[in-house]
Amino acid sequence: MMAKRFLPLWITTGLLIVLFIIGSAQFEGFGSLRVITNLFSDNAFLLITALGMTLVIISGGIDLSVGSVIALSGVVCSVLITQYQWHPVAVFALVLPLGTLFGALMGVLIHEYRLQPFIVTLAGMFLARGLATTISEKSVEIDHPFYDAVSDFGLLLPGNAWLDASSMLFALLLIVIVVIMHFTRLGTNIYALGGNEQSAVLMGVPVKKTTISIYAASSFLATFAGIVFTFYTFSGYALAGVGVELDAIAAVVIGGTLLTGGSGFVIGSVLGVLLMGIIQTYITFDGTLSSWWTKIVIGLLLFFFIVLQKLLNRNNKLHA
Amino acid sequence: MPVVLELKNISKTYPGVKALDDVDLTLYQGEIHALLGENGAGKSTLVKVMTGAQRKDEGIGQVLFNNQSYDFKTPAEAQLAGISTVYQEVNLLPNLTVAQNLFLGHEPRKYGLIDYKNMLVQSEQLLSRFKLSIDVNAQLSSFSVAVQQLIAIARGVAMSAQVLVLDEPTASLDADEVQTLFAVLNQLKAEGVAIVFITHFLDQVYQISDRITVLRNGKQVGQFLTSELPQAKLIEAMLGKELQHLTGHQRECESPTNSQEAILSLSNVSAKGSIQSMNLTVGKGQAVGLAGLLGSGRTEVCKAIFGLDQLTQGDITFTNNRLTISQPADAINAGIALCPEDRKTDGIIGPLSIRENIALALQARLGWWRYISKAQQEELAQFYIDKLQIATPDADKPIEQLSGGNQQKVILARWLAIEPMLLILDEPTRGIDIGAHAEILTLIRSLCEEGMSLLVTSSELDELVALANKVVVMRDRHKVTELSGSELTSQHVMQAIAEG
Amino acid sequence: MKSISNHQKPAVSDSPVSARLSEQELNAAKNARYQAGASNNWGRYLWPVCALIILLVVNLVLDPSFFSLSYQDGRVYGSLIDVLNRCAPVALLAIGMSVVIATGGIDLSVGAVMAISGAVCANLLLTPDVALITVLFVGILVGIIAGLVNGSLVSYLGIQPIVATLLLMVAGRGIAQLINQGQIVTFQSDSFAFIGVGNWLGLPMPIWIVVGMLVVTQLLLRKTALGLFIESVGCNASASRYLGINDKAVKLFAYIIAGVCAALAGMISAANIQGADANNAGLWLELDAILAVVIGGASLVGGRFSLLLSVLGALIIQTLATTIIVSGLPAKFNLLIKALVILMVLLLQSEKFRKQLNGLFSTKTSNNKFGEAQ
Repeated sequence: MMAKRFLPLWITTGLLIVLFIIGSAQFEGFGSLRVITNLFSDNAFLLITALGMTLVIISGGIDLSVGSVIALSGVVCSVLITQYQWHPVAVFALVLPLGTLFGALMGVLIHEYRLQPFIVTLAGMFLARGLATTISEKSVEIDHPFYDAVSDFGLLLPGNAWLDASSMLFALLLIVIVVIMHFTRLGTNIYALGGNEQSAVLMGVPVKKTTISIYAASSFLATFAGIVFTFYTFSGYALAGVGVELDAIAAVVIGGTLLTGGSGFVIGSVLGVLLMGIIQTYITFDGTLSSWWTKIVIGLLLFFFIVLQKLLNRNNKLHA
Repeated sequence: MPVVLELKNISKTYPGVKALDDVDLTLYQGEIHALLGENGAGKSTLVKVMTGAQRKDEGIGQVLFNNQSYDFKTPAEAQLAGISTVYQEVNLLPNLTVAQNLFLGHEPRKYGLIDYKNMLVQSEQLLSRFKLSIDVNAQLSSFSVAVQQLIAIARGVAMSAQVLVLDEPTASLDADEVQTLFAVLNQLKAEGVAIVFITHFLDQVYQISDRITVLRNGKQVGQFLTSELPQAKLIEAMLGKELQHLTGHQRECESPTNSQEAILSLSNVSAKGSIQSMNLTVGKGQAVGLAGLLGSGRTEVCKAIFGLDQLTQGDITFTNNRLTISQPADAINAGIALCPEDRKTDGIIGPLSIRENIALALQARLGWWRYISKAQQEELAQFYIDKLQIATPDADKPIEQLSGGNQQKVILARWLAIEPMLLILDEPTRGIDIGAHAEILTLIRSLCEEGMSLLVTSSELDELVALANKVVVMRDRHKVTELSGSELTSQHVMQAIAEG
Repeated sequence: MKSISNHQKPAVSDSPVSARLSEQELNAAKNARYQAGASNNWGRYLWPVCALIILLVVNLVLDPSFFSLSYQDGRVYGSLIDVLNRCAPVALLAIGMSVVIATGGIDLSVGAVMAISGAVCANLLLTPDVALITVLFVGILVGIIAGLVNGSLVSYLGIQPIVATLLLMVAGRGIAQLINQGQIVTFQSDSFAFIGVGNWLGLPMPIWIVVGMLVVTQLLLRKTALGLFIESVGCNASASRYLGINDKAVKLFAYIIAGVCAALAGMISAANIQGADANNAGLWLELDAILAVVIGGASLVGGRFSLLLSVLGALIIQTLATTIIVSGLPAKFNLLIKALVILMVLLLQSEKFRKQLNGLFSTKTSNNKFGEAQ
């Protein structure tokens, strides 16, 4: 029984390892620690976003607004730092609570007015992107000593691999989220909500509080991802992060989380992002393969995992 | 003994149906109180009102808990106050582990984090009371329904401070498990917990309960001491005795003989998880009743004939042809129609108009290409509105706005429009107010007189006896016996149900 | 059936039906009749039409020449025509989307399907000896295949619509790029370009295509029983199955319609720019299409649908965009305003919000009454 729950996770891990071995055998420099650290630093913002998306999807919802929230967060940061000369830390202290509030409001709409998460977060997606473009249509550069200091911060690993600050931050967030999901009542309630909302209500789960917390957390993480993204690009741009919500959802599914909710692991989504990243890396190393293969392969992977989940679930029902 | 919980003059109205009508319930400390009644009598609704899952009608009645007036808005509030409930369908979370299910909302914590070690120990202790030794870290869905039911009860026991409500807790348990459960209940009773016990197993009622409250059609029939109420009297209270006077003279569509031509016959039919080796014959123009308590398999027989449950063995013969039915459309094409038990989810297409609801079955049979024009739909609907006296200002009203009785008439009309040879009526009078009740019965009787073959299930035995030429009694998904002719009285049916 | 006409009774003023109704029931019934009548005829059109008129009036105020039309070179010119022409792709998508949403589903893949059909047509046009009719046929075939894929996943594999169509949304754009080999494939074909930039009877071709598709779909759904089956399945799939309706086939059919609409929209966009851009063709248009259906007043849970209202929704979105440009506000406000519009429509559709509004409204009126009495 345990094996079944973890099966998609093992498959993702297996694919990851197999692809890494194939890549290492085929290309020089692929099988290095550096490729791995780059995988983390290039995808840090997506990894952080995927953490939030996992919570939402485990609870049986969906959050389409994350890509736009990333852009909004980046634009606000860059404008405040560059045009208003705020200190980055002060900016983050303002932006993070605001982002969280944004998500909490979506949660309120979803719970109080019984609206579908899909359409509410779609509105949130337009709203955040709209706010971002209204604030600044052009990409705003960030040039601040704090940013330089942060980008110099890191850990030099053997093989010239560089573990940067955003990867470390991600690791920290990952630990926090895993603890929340598996060692707090909130985490259990999120799983409960995704399992069966009606039963959860009858068993006394505080649905309102949980729903609001979930969307607040997702937006918080997306805002955080937006900040991390500014460290990656040294700028904020209203059109950044377009389509990130799809990548995040794909990563969550490939990581073995059930899209109908109730089952899945945060760590799975991390593996999902890494798998998508390593496919990208493989295609880059290969040079002859075109970039669109990434999308097609991810589509096929999605199909495979969705059908796999369907089959696993069918068996589950027979047992019951 | 002091009173713990007192419900006074509780009513609950759903659109179109009065589910509870002025019901009282008094619960003493340290008693086991059986709440009895047939399907749709209002037991589950009463439990839901008692535990905050549903709100009672405003303005009338009150809930007194420890002599204080309460109005629970959510199950969480009731739980917090000390009333915990185990619902009829296992309302646990299949995706969580056993331990998580047992302690959801009450997890033992250490430094603010869930203390899994402690939870594990407590879970195992709790389950050992029920003689269950299972891996509490395994997912709930990996266990059988019986085990899940025991876990649900264990959860209720773990949380119950003062009142524990058990809705059909023994439905999926075997004899040993039931005895274990009863031992735990007696222990709790000794500790002063008040237990409300809902069941349809009457022998269990006599074994465990101290007092009995009987509901019927949303009304309270009475409150009795178990020791002073013989089983026959109890069944009478549950099924209603006033109808017994009617049974003699109302069998109007008397079938000529039993040797008449069969229109439908089931031989040795089994379906996965529903019925076992069922044999049944319905003669041409005959009305056959299916009797049995909840879960006896009567609904499942209807579903199997209509192609909703896949057969695992046996044959269905209809008008001398062996039927292979894989979906309702096949059954309908053969000439079989079904008025389902659950009108809301399987019967009405709520937001659509009466006109469309009546025309749809005929339209489905004609196929998408041969469209019944709006004018023809209107004509068809108006015809049946008049013929069946459906109370509505016009045919364009959404069906969900009608009362239960009128909804049922629309569903009947829908099937009459395709002129089926066999009409299956699964609980045709469930949740229908008393006036419309009689109308529906008259209607069914007239169909029978016109020569339509009927298969009717009902928990109202007198109704069944009055309608049917033959009643098939079911128990535990088996046919127990067939009654017809002079044997066919509600007393005999009751006996067959009670004794097996 | 044969006896229907015989049973037609003359209308009697004191019919037994009304005699059996209590006064209360009658009142309730009257209200319901009023509501039902209203929702069938006027009520559903009221708000979208009002919104459109208000927007148009705002445009007129901002730009007095907004309604002026001129006739030149066999074609009518004017801002109104531009609005109609520009909203064509979204209107087409909205037609298909309303059918899918009526079954209780959703189709996220239509934007990607647009890209695929555009790419397929562009590449066929570059292939020598391919007749135009073949190109059109194959383009539509792409839509049918996409619909079959989506519909089978939803109906026969039982995958949630959002998830099932997400697959093609992600992979579809990759497929389009694969067909185009990562390039923007341009073509020179005046006859194909005609469907995007041509004129017929004085109006741009895309407008005619939308009108044509609207009429064809409307006839197909409302002059056969398909429309009724779709609504029935959307309202209650289980009860529909009990009625003998093949709910799976009905859903499959809905996704095919959506696919065909998307393919047509893709061909228009390709014809417009005389090229196929796999990255940007139809990008995010699925969201606009869903929005159009929602503005048209359809519920996302499924049930009743109106193709005309969805097209009206698409028109409102486009007019709104034009209004923003006309008003001199930077185009960047477009998204922001769109978001606020969705939120408003959503809240108005929510029962609880309406109750809260009514609550505010009724306390005010009762205060007034009180005031008057004094």
